[in-house]
Formats: sequence, structure tokens, C-alpha cells
Amino acid sequence: MTGRRVVITGIGVVAPGGIGVKDFWSLLSEGRTATRGISFFDPSPFRSRVAAEIDFDAEASGLTPQEIRRMDRAAQLAVVATREAVADSGLDLAALDPYRVGVTIGSAVGATMGLDQEYCVVSDRGRLDLVDHEYAVPHLYNYFVPSSFAAEVAWCVGAQGPSTVVSTGCTSGLDSVGHAVELLREGSADVMIAGSSDAPISPITMACFDAIKATTPRDEEPERASRPFDGTRNGFVLGEGSAVFVLEELQSARRRGAHVYAEIAGYASRCNAFHMTGLRPDGAEMAEAIRVALDEARIDGERVDYINAHGSGTKQNDRHETAAFKKSLGDHAYRTPVSSIKSMVGHSLGAIGSIEIAACALAMENNVVPPTANLHTPDPECDLDYVPLTAREHRTDTVLTVGSGFGGFQSAMVLTRAEGGVR
Amino acid sequence: MNTQPFTIDDLKRILLEGAGADESVDLDRDILDTQFEQLGYESLALLETSSRIEREYGITLSDTILADATTPRLLLDAVNAHLADGAAA
Amino acid sequence: MTVPVVITGLGIASPNGLGKEAYWAATRAGRGGIGPVTRFDASPYPARLAGEVPGFAAEDHLPSRLLPQTDRMTRLALVAADWALADAGIKPEDTEAFDMGVVTASSSGGFEFGQNELRKLWARGSQHVSAYQSFAWFYAVNSGQISIRHGMKGPSGVLVSDQAGGLDAVAHARRQIRKGTRMIVSGSVDASVCPWGWVAQLAGGRLSTQDDPDRAYLPFDARAAGHVAGEGGAILIMERAEDARERGARVYGEVAGYGATFDPRPGSGREPALRRAIELALAEAGCAPGDIDVVFADAAAVPELDRAEADAISAVFGPGGVPVTAPKTMTGRLYSGAAPLDLAAALLAMESGLIPPTTNVDPDPSLGLDLVTGAARPARVGTALVLARGYGGFNSAAVLRSSLSD
Repeated sequence: MTGRRVVITGIGVVAPGGIGVKDFWSLLSEGRTATRGISFFDPSPFRSRVAAEIDFDAEASGLTPQEIRRMDRAAQLAVVATREAVADSGLDLAALDPYRVGVTIGSAVGATMGLDQEYCVVSDRGRLDLVDHEYAVPHLYNYFVPSSFAAEVAWCVGAQGPSTVVSTGCTSGLDSVGHAVELLREGSADVMIAGSSDAPISPITMACFDAIKATTPRDEEPERASRPFDGTRNGFVLGEGSAVFVLEELQSARRRGAHVYAEIAGYASRCNAFHMTGLRPDGAEMAEAIRVALDEARIDGERVDYINAHGSGTKQNDRHETAAFKKSLGDHAYRTPVSSIKSMVGHSLGAIGSIEIAACALAMENNVVPPTANLHTPDPECDLDYVPLTAREHRTDTVLTVGSGFGGFQSAMVLTRAEGGVR
Repeated sequence: MNTQPFTIDDLKRILLEGAGADESVDLDRDILDTQFEQLGYESLALLETSSRIEREYGITLSDTILADATTPRLLLDAVNAHLADGAAA
Repeated sequence: MTVPVVITGLGIASPNGLGKEAYWAATRAGRGGIGPVTRFDASPYPARLAGEVPGFAAEDHLPSRLLPQTDRMTRLALVAADWALADAGIKPEDTEAFDMGVVTASSSGGFEFGQNELRKLWARGSQHVSAYQSFAWFYAVNSGQISIRHGMKGPSGVLVSDQAGGLDAVAHARRQIRKGTRMIVSGSVDASVCPWGWVAQLAGGRLSTQDDPDRAYLPFDARAAGHVAGEGGAILIMERAEDARERGARVYGEVAGYGATFDPRPGSGREPALRRAIELALAEAGCAPGDIDVVFADAAAVPELDRAEADAISAVFGPGGVPVTAPKTMTGRLYSGAAPLDLAAALLAMESGLIPPTTNVDPDPSLGLDLVTGAARPARVGTALVLARGYGGFNSAAVLRSSLSD
């Protein structure tokens, strides 16, 4: 089974700025930003008051009242993205052996929004230490265990194969897809519905990032607040969203005449074993993840056409990964366009890794590299080509996408055009 | 608002509550001019410490103050300057 | 040929014993650790019993720098990881950093830590939320903290599939070792014995409301009416069999087979998927049903779930065809910590030639199980099957093979 090559044949995206792949790509290719002043709750007590929110109407997106009642927003986003991905793939799931269809959903912070709101009620706004179970919603257990996200997606597609939630902080979205690729390669499934979802824009998340000054206080100009690699950046902008893929084996995708977006040719994850939130400036562990992912893809670093950066917009991150790209790709790093879509859709924690994979697949599809919005002032320590402001037409056959997260997780994935024969 | 001067003992208490102490470091010796990093406190511990100070003393410490206050003495001076400003205002 | 992966170290924090020796001494004797909740006043709640890890003082084991930033589940996991490494005779500082990884499971994260910060947020305002809330409650925290404590930079991960996640993590650890990583710290520890966790678990509708510890958690019994929630679990050291042999390590057993499935959508009328998970695990291990010496059951103590599990076991092994046990009757259900603890129990059962008992249970004969009740049953245990199910329909099964069997 080790010869199995895994490809993306369906994409679904629910991201700030638009529901669906089409709107998502318009936003990215036009270099528009979807960050704004927080509208979900009164942000005035907070240091950072901007976020990338989705105008999401669950009912208009096709969810039934009962689905809406039992699911946290993040699960709702995942189900909507799943439906788009499956439709896009053209796959007839009902014709498959359900035991050969699995699910992996990444999420860093699970049902944070639901938990935050429910805690407020059962504690009567923090008044009760012994919170009152009589006031809990009946589906609170679904918020307690974010594995419910994978369950919802499995029910949505009728999957009965291996199913789980992957939760490795801000690399969850990459690691979830990476996990699915491993299951397909080893033969544990023939089709994986893989992606991630997070909807963390809630008071508790804003408060904890305020406390570590990780989010930007650039509250006066919310649409220009997320500025990775810019000399004036001062923190990330929290976002939300979901991206889900239909992954299958290349030969069977070809047999059924499916459209193949890209092959997931290599993936690796490493830990920095250094600090829960801090990064060493040398980027050594991310560089190692990149090296191993390229190795698995049997691709020379020189062939990378585009790097989709983690680019969160914290000084620490931007320098860390710039170093990692140089360490892993050498001089080629200087010749390769690097960009961060977080400048446009914010940082949706565990979801963003999958959303970025979607951006990579679409970049390959269109031979257009999305830009880094809001990048006006170069940072002398970040001296690569970050594709400022406007998208660029650029032949893109091989893409590297990376993620870096709390807990020290560093992940890298290599996507290639799935043309040609057996590698 | 608490306008008492902020002392090294206050700082040690808040450090211990918010971040514990490195086993290899003796906080009871003269630490006023020792770098926080050498005392085993990295940026996260200092953020927790500063927000505890802010809450307890009703002040707001700017990002630059925190970045520059690399030793207990510098942090004490910065906090006390704030407290004096508050008292004068 | 796939690379055999073995378990060479156990670190245990269980309600009926802190540490491997205490746990096994209690478990083989059928001594339980379920009692009235002591960590908070549970009297206003319908469920008032828990399996709490006794006598755990984190400050005796961990540096004070770690305490303000860790939930109880992380403290237990860090200490269990220390013990597991010591048990395996592995000194992380002597091993190449990229050759060691950490793959754990989590069910609900550091829920008590999250509870305390939510309270500060709502009662006092956002400025009162701790800087550590940015990671101390999240699902990935145990893998992150263990990797940092021991300098482990290899492939790491965290799987969340409720109670089934404990086996999924071990299987993923094995996958990484097969891909070339020398050693992985795996297993899981969970702990959500706090008011907020209680309210969430009560909403799940599966907590027992009995007040008598001996009558509260009775899987496969006609009186079954829910489970007692517990805390704890086990951390396991996994490595290639060849590496373990080369360094002269004591090998508890091999993780020989694994299978994971998901139940059909509720109301579909299709067969639950546990049987298929068992068959996948047996097939991978190259075992016939007759090769399995004991089954460690998931043991939900919800009548229809007990029935589904008994049916799956009987479908594979025949009615009464294999000894079945649920030592978790002594600990309560430990969420993602449960299955790793069952793996540890199975390995210790192999070593001592004893199947630990399912305590307090009077088996419902209509389920057709050979349930090991009363006292431990002497038996040669060469191969064991461990089952775990998660809320919503997650099913996982793992086959362990004793290193003594060949």
C-alpha cells in the first residue's frame, strides 16, 4: 500500500469574506481583507478588538434547526464545508463501502464559543462556583468533547471508517490532513473527508490572547490590522473558518474521471520542545519538518514554486519561519514567492492550516500566488519575497505550506501537480 | 487604587503566585539587578506577572515598559513611576 | 513486513492506585477507587461519586514553575510520563531529540483550568484571565508539555475521539515508529472532576446517580444505569521491538493489531461498527478469535451500549467464547485515559498470569458473556484485546501480544 498517492479531488471552504471556494478565491486573488471590528460581542473591554468574522447564516447554508441546535458554530462550519467538498468532488459516497470512508477534522480550541456562552449561563455570569446543571443546554456534551465535530462530519457523509479529531493547536489544520494522508497510504481507508474547523471569536479567547499580547491592538484600522512580515506588525488577528477536502488515491480518482486539484506528496510534523508559546529564532524544527516533507515527496527544495507561510503577524513568528525557509531551502528561499493569507482572512487557529491548503490548491489551479496584504514597510530581518499587496501570476506546480503552533508544533506539507506517472 | 510603593517583596510574591520559581534560583538573595531571564522567567511568565501587577495596582503598563524592564529593579522603578503619576493626577 | 512495535514503559495514575505497583496491587485484588467526590461539593448534583486519583501532590513531583500553568490532567500526565520513561529505562537526554515524539489523546482538555478562567472572565472581567489560558486548557497541552519537559522534537500529535482516542493515539504512535521514529511517549490522562466538567457530563446523560460506590457503575449487569466518571490514565513508552531488544529493555508486549470504525448515523438501523473494529484489529495482528485470551471491554454501563458490545464480542468469539473483563469498574470511566490504562492492565495481566476482575457486577446472563467477576482469574494471557468507544459512535480496538508468548 506504500505506493498509494493521495490527491485532493474536492474542496469546501467557509472563511471570512465569503462562504464557498469561489468567494474565498476572489478575496485572496484580489488581495482584499476580511478583518473588521468585532461584532459578535461588545469588544470594548479588550485590548485587541479586531477579528476576521464570517457572515454565516447556518440556516441559509442548509443546516436544519436540529443540526443548528446541537452543533457549536465550529461544527456547523465544518459540515457546510464538507457538503461543498463532497459536491465538488463528484464522488457518489452512497456507492462506497462506508467502512472505507474515514474522517479527520482538526480543531485547536473545539467548541470554545459554545462553552464560553454556556458557562456564562450555568454560572449566572460567574456568580456561581457550583455551576447549575439545570440551565445547561441538552447538547452541552457535544461542546465538552470536540470529537463531536468528527462525528457530525461522519454522519453528514455516512462514513464508518476511522474517524477522529486532530488537535495540535495551530497546526491542527495541517496535521489533520496529514493524518488522513497517512491513513490512505497505509490502506486504512479509500476516501478520507479531511479538514479542520475553529470558531474561536469569543470573549475567553480574546481575553487569553490579550493576556499574552499575541493579538494586535491595531483597533483603529481593522481592515489593515493583519500585516504579516510588515515592519510595523504587532500581533495576529483572530479569525474563524473551516476547510474540508475529499482525499482519495490517485488511480481511483483517475478511474472515475475526477478533477484532481493536487497531490499531497509529503508531510511532516516536528516539535520545538522549547516553549508552549515561544519560538527560537533559528527555526530549526520547522526547517526539519520541511526537510522531511520534501524528502517524503522526493522533491528537491529547488523545485518549490511557492511557499504558503504561517505568517501570523507576530514578530517572533515571522522571523522564525523566515529563518526556517532559508535553512531548509537555502538560496532558493530568496527566489521563491512567500505569502501569508492570514493578512486577509486572519488566523483561525486550528482551522487555518486546512484553509491554507485550500489556498495552495487554488494557487496551483490558477497559477496565481495570493499576496500578503497590508505589507508596506519591509522588516530588514524578513528579507524574502513576500508578494506584497497584489496577487501574482506565477507558474505554480509545487507548493510548500507550513504551520507553527502553541505547544511547539511545527508542520510542513508539500503539494504537487498530480500529472505524470508513478513517481 | 493602591498607591503604596511597589517593593521587591511585592514583586517576589506576585512572581511566585503567577509563575513559581526555578529550583536553581534563590529569590531571597539580592536579585534586584539580575536579568529576569537568569532568574528563570521568560516572556510568558513576565506577561502573567505584569497583568497581575496591573490588576492589583490598578495601572496599565505599556508594551515598551515591559520590554525594557529586564530586571526587578527596572520593573519596580517603572511600576512606582506609574503609581506616583496616578497619585499626582 | 511491518515493523513490530512494543511497549516498554508504563506510568500510571489511577483512582485505585497512583503508580504502577499501587495500581496493579489494587486491581488484581479487585480493590476499587470510586468514592464520593472530594474535589468539589457535589451535593447539588444528581451524580455524586467519582474515581479520583488519591494522594497526588503535584508539588512533590514537578517544578513550581510548571504549577501555575498546568491543569490537573497535565500534572498527572507529566508525572506519569516521568514514571513511564524511568520504567522503560530511557534517559531522554541521551537520545537524539528528533528521534523521540509524543502522541497523546485528550477528551475535553484541561477543563478545570478553563473553568477557573471562564469564572474570572465572567465574574471579574477579561483582564483577570491568565496568560496561561492561551494553552493550559487546550487539547494539545499534554503532548506539548511532555515534549518540552523531555526535549522530544520528533513527530507528535493529539487525537480526540472521546474514550476511543486513547487507542487511536497508541495506534498513531505506532505508525510514527514504523515510519522511523525511535521512541514515542503515548497513552493519555484525562481529568475533568470539577463543577463545570460535571455539568457537561451530566448533559451527556450517561452518569450514574447512585450513591453507593459498589452499586454505581455496573456494566453488563441488569441494574446498569450509567457510569461513574473518573480521572487519570496511563502513559506508555513505545519503541521498535528490535531497538528494545538491542538495548536489553524489559518488553511488556507488542501492539500487534488495531482497528477503528465509526457507527452508522443514529436511526439508520444498520449494525453498530464495533464488530468490524475488532475484526480489523484481529486481522492485522494475524489472530484468529481463538487466539485471544481475554477481552478488556469498553463497558459503558448503558443497557443498549452494553448489549451492542456484548453482541459484537459474541459475533466474533461466539457466546461465552472468551473471558471478558472491565477493571474500569474499579476506577470509573477515565475518558481518553481509560483505554491506555486498560492496555497497561492487559500487559500486567500477561506478566502475572491473572485476569483482573470486573467488580460489583452480577452479569446479565442474557448478554452471553464470560465475564470475569468476583476475584481475579488465573489464566495464561498471551494475547489480549482492548476495546474503547467514544460518545457519538467512535469504536477502537487493539490487540496486545505478550513478549513472553513465543
